[in-house]
Amino acid sequence: MLTQYDVSLTDDPPMNLVTPELGLIFWQTVIFLIVLFLLAKFAWRPILSSLKERETSIENALRMADQAKLEMQQLKASNEKLLAEARLERDRILKEASAVAAQHIEEAKNKATEEGNRMITQAREAIQQEKNMALAEVKNTAAQLSIDVAERILRRELTDAPAQQQLVDSYLKEVKLN
Amino acid sequence: MKRLFIALFCILSLPVFAQHTADTMTEASDSEAFKPGEMILHHIGDSHEWHWFSTDNDHFTTYLPIIAFQPGKGVEVFSSKHLAEGETYNGLKLEHEHLVAEDGGKVYDFSLTKNAFALLLSSVLMLILFISVGNGFKKRHGQAPRGLQSFFEPIIIFIRDEVAKKSIGPKYEKYMPYLLTVFFFIWFNNLLGLTPGAANLTGNIAVTFTLAAMTLLITLFSSNKNYWAHIFATPGVPKPLLIIMIPVELIGVVVKPFSLMVRLFANMTAGHIVTLSFISLIFIFRSLAISPASLAFGLFINILELLVAILQAYIFTLLTAMYIGGAVEEHHHDEADYQMEGDHIAPTAAH
Repeated sequence: MLTQYDVSLTDDPPMNLVTPELGLIFWQTVIFLIVLFLLAKFAWRPILSSLKERETSIENALRMADQAKLEMQQLKASNEKLLAEARLERDRILKEASAVAAQHIEEAKNKATEEGNRMITQAREAIQQEKNMALAEVKNTAAQLSIDVAERILRRELTDAPAQQQLVDSYLKEVKLN
Repeated sequence: MKRLFIALFCILSLPVFAQHTADTMTEASDSEAFKPGEMILHHIGDSHEWHWFSTDNDHFTTYLPIIAFQPGKGVEVFSSKHLAEGETYNGLKLEHEHLVAEDGGKVYDFSLTKNAFALLLSSVLMLILFISVGNGFKKRHGQAPRGLQSFFEPIIIFIRDEVAKKSIGPKYEKYMPYLLTVFFFIWFNNLLGLTPGAANLTGNIAVTFTLAAMTLLITLFSSNKNYWAHIFATPGVPKPLLIIMIPVELIGVVVKPFSLMVRLFANMTAGHIVTLSFISLIFIFRSLAISPASLAFGLFINILELLVAILQAYIFTLLTAMYIGGAVEEHHHDEADYQMEGDHIAPTAAH
């Protein structure tokens, strides 16, 4: 037993451990290369390409989201601008309209005043004319009366003095009645 | 490094324990002595058969195919059952899991060993998993990930963004398939290696050697003018010093992948050795009383190994990406155009 054991101690197994064997190198090379080839073709290529694709699609999606956000902001800004412009326009139009209305009112007022004045003047003129005509008539009538009176007096001149006086008085009374 | 020391310590110290128990056991009984060193090396080593467990009378073993190539005789394929227990078949026999010809002729062993078989299994597992994940991406195009897809997606994105993009730069896409495959290959096999009964594939130097060689080849084939200019005319080094610097740099080209090979191999092997050593303590002391402590330590190391499994996969992938990044790097940091470089770097850093 002991001798057998001693022999096994000095045997070559430890040396075997660090000596590469040709057969296993051969199998390892062949099988590993086959595995490498098959995995590269059927596993790593689809895996890596779809990983890459997914990453680029995620990146694209993120970029597009950013872009959309930016566009939204721009849109919002332009909307606000439009709104502000519209408001300004409205204010302007309102102001203009009120100005025009005021002008119209003013014009109408002026026109009415003018017309009124004109009518008043016309009326005054007419009145004046009437008045003048009436005065002229009065004058004429007075003259006619005076002439009539004078005529009657002249007719009765010769009869008597009291009667003349009475006559004058009656004539005068007649005039007053007129 | 520390792990390597622990491993060495275990390898060196185990025979001491074993010696002690071997003495006691020969006195105690006639049954076969427990040899932890042998047991552990058997567990972490490769084998032509898949040994599940043994009872007192029976071995439960799956015999794997032997594929032997002998110059002149051609290729022979037969079950390893014919070579079990040191038997000879067609002039071939196994000596410490080493296929040799009885007549001393040269034999090339291309057998589907336990590791090669585990490699096949894990490769099939990886293919099924990741092709189904890939199909998920195709089927749910542009939709949220589901199931396995959502489990692996963050890891794939992590490798792409934190490892490939940062270390390689803008040309990272070309190297993504290799980096992803190597990462998941190492991680899966590290985890499978921790499964009881499974093979220690990533703790096998042939496997790590092949992976490191691939990294070296990819680095060399994608290297540009700058990379070689750095090696043959290191900027800022006086001309006479180049006599020393060129060999140093050339050695560096090989040492980088060599370190990858050793790091992964040593880490995984050491983890297995430590776990198995703690379990072996029960049998070494032949006492149940030791088992709680032994199990607690074994469990602790095993959980640590779960972390190491992904860590080593990450480190291997990261360093591979960094070596490739060094080979494809366009700008060089000469003092003259450092200022200009600074301007160049600024936008990429902001990324």
